[in-house]
Amino acid sequence: MRNPQLNKHGELQHLLTLDGLPRSIITQILDTAAPFTEMAEREVKKLPLLRGKSVFNLFFENSTRTRTTFEIAAKRLSADVINLNVSTSSTKKGETLLDTVDNLCAMQADMFVVRHESSGAPHLIAQHLENTGRDHIHVVNAGDGRHAHPTQGLLDMYTIRHYKKEFHNLTVAIVGDVLHSRVARSQIAALTTLGVPEVRVIGPKTLLPTDVEKMGVRYCPTMEEGLKDVDVVMMLRLQNERMNGALLPSPQEFFKVWGLTAEKLARAKPDAIVMHPGPMNRGVEIDSAVADGSQAVILPQVTFGIAVRMAVMSMLGSH
Amino acid sequence: MKIHIQNGRLIDPANRLDGQHDLFIADGKIVGVGSAPDGFTAERTIDASGLVVAPGLIDLAARLREPGFEYKATLESEMDAAMAGGVTSLAIPPDTDPVLDEPGLVEMLCYRAKKLNRAHVYPVGALTIGLKGQQLSEMAELVEAGCVAFSQANTPILDTRVLGRAMQYAATFGFRVWLQPIDPHLARGGVAHDGEVASRLGLPGIPASSEIIALFTYLQMARLTGARLHITRLSSADSLALIDQARADGVDVTCDVAVHHLHLCDMDIGYFNPHCHVIPPLRSQRDRIALARAVAEGRINAICSDHTPVDDDAKQAPFSESEPGTTGLELLLPLTLKWAAEHKLPLIDALARITSEAARIAGIAKGGHLSVGARADICIFDPDAHQLISRSTLKSQGKNTPFLGLELPGRVHHTLVEGTPMYAAS
Repeated sequence: MRNPQLNKHGELQHLLTLDGLPRSIITQILDTAAPFTEMAEREVKKLPLLRGKSVFNLFFENSTRTRTTFEIAAKRLSADVINLNVSTSSTKKGETLLDTVDNLCAMQADMFVVRHESSGAPHLIAQHLENTGRDHIHVVNAGDGRHAHPTQGLLDMYTIRHYKKEFHNLTVAIVGDVLHSRVARSQIAALTTLGVPEVRVIGPKTLLPTDVEKMGVRYCPTMEEGLKDVDVVMMLRLQNERMNGALLPSPQEFFKVWGLTAEKLARAKPDAIVMHPGPMNRGVEIDSAVADGSQAVILPQVTFGIAVRMAVMSMLGSH
Repeated sequence: MKIHIQNGRLIDPANRLDGQHDLFIADGKIVGVGSAPDGFTAERTIDASGLVVAPGLIDLAARLREPGFEYKATLESEMDAAMAGGVTSLAIPPDTDPVLDEPGLVEMLCYRAKKLNRAHVYPVGALTIGLKGQQLSEMAELVEAGCVAFSQANTPILDTRVLGRAMQYAATFGFRVWLQPIDPHLARGGVAHDGEVASRLGLPGIPASSEIIALFTYLQMARLTGARLHITRLSSADSLALIDQARADGVDVTCDVAVHHLHLCDMDIGYFNPHCHVIPPLRSQRDRIALARAVAEGRINAICSDHTPVDDDAKQAPFSESEPGTTGLELLLPLTLKWAAEHKLPLIDALARITSEAARIAGIAKGGHLSVGARADICIFDPDAHQLISRSTLKSQGKNTPFLGLELPGRVHHTLVEGTPMYAAS
């Protein structure tokens, strides 16, 4: 089975997941993103790399931040951006996912940025494009179900590299709801691919995927154990609907045991950085003092996110 | 019509017969094995040189999609598929729309099938009205209408007391109860085996424990009620020990497995292949190996296709939104032969799983064997010829199978139903 993300020359054809993406391509994306961050400081923030191309933001699930950063990234590359909030239009009228895609292809789309509530939806679209001989159209996964959020994983790697330079000497902890998190899956895939020797996941067993160790991580139930001497703390968002019920008794208890406070963070290395994919639940997974503290790099993550998305889209648009 | 099938290798698992024997058919029945009865003059001769002559196959689970889902398949299209697959008897699960919980519906289905005059149809009635798990169906009436057993298909009964009573009521008459072990709470929302692959792909899992816990309950209920229990579609290795133990305790229990579970595991989902979305889910490689071995050892009695034609639209969706199921009538024989070859199992033992043993489970006395006097349901096939499985060669309206594009052994040359040639390979 050929990796559906790569074309026959081994170049990036779609960005669907970081799981199974070669290390060389991940590094290439991070390297490509570097000059784009500097560009953002300039007065004229535009490059003509995607001039004349149409990028369709196809969001079947609500999103503000990811959609906006993709839009900014595409516009800075001079693409025409069309935003479709499909959750309120065609699917409500019974149109299938692939019918929607076919219709947009008929409008001369060059790239789809897809968010969908079902794992594997971007794979399905990519497969469909290949089956119908439309190799010139690229798919970028902007988050699918619990499966993957590759650009988030990449911007997290960019952030880590920015502050820590290397990956091979790091200990990284991922904290919270790993089970439902596409962000965590993409982070784990990227960290292990880039050679981080120790990736820990911390949280209650109810929020842990089955056989999580087989993803190449070590499980730590408590923050005391899990945060000891780490270089990077990656917090995950806890969805409101999962705070009370059979997975967790209450947000209060979650905060008490796994919420990141200055006291718990003291277990980490003194120069450890704190990351969060946003939007944050202050007082549930992270204390405001930490979120706004000197070790937090949460806002730089957002800035780097634009550069990384520019890198991905420019690489896809170049072949 | 009087037919003489000559020069074939006759394999009849029920009578432990495997050798060069001619077969003689008259008035829809087998009238001679090896030698013709006195005064027999064949009106037609079928040359089976180099071919196997076996009883027509019996499939313990074939969804024909009527009534209710005619856009997915019809009796006509699926009967053609059965004939092309050498399958002459079909047990039909009750999960049609409306479900098979009313004698009139069952009679209608049997009547429609009989009019088409191809494979024999054996409806499995709903154990509870609407498969809702609340009110018992009219089992005695349903049997009169033609049902051979009672099941809940893939919809388990939530209330264990209702389950116990349904089994008790069936046991009153000695009716067979076919149950698929699914704990509804543990399986809720799941679409793939809860293991490494589902975790990586972010697919909601169905843990093996959902099967084992339900199975434990069913076996316990069989002990208490004395019901004749048949467990359908085993998927996990750890279920086997429970079945063994129950048998050792004297519980009357048989079990089957879907043929794709002998060949595929969760790794085959690959990049979200919706053709691998089946219920029960494809489990780990360890489970697959244990199941395949258990059928060879006879601990699992029968193999079925769990034939579920699904239209392309319902499959062309993200994995968890795609409709589960795989088409299988035309793959039952090839995949059974492939499994037998992998286990170096004699053909006669392999065929027993899809003929005589299946007949015993479904209570079919007239079919599944080639004794003199039996119904002349025959499948004549070449066990060594391979053929490509493709959308265009499949007769079933459902083209949904993970085996598309593969070459599989076993080419059916002739299918006879009650002595009438219904299918001949072109």
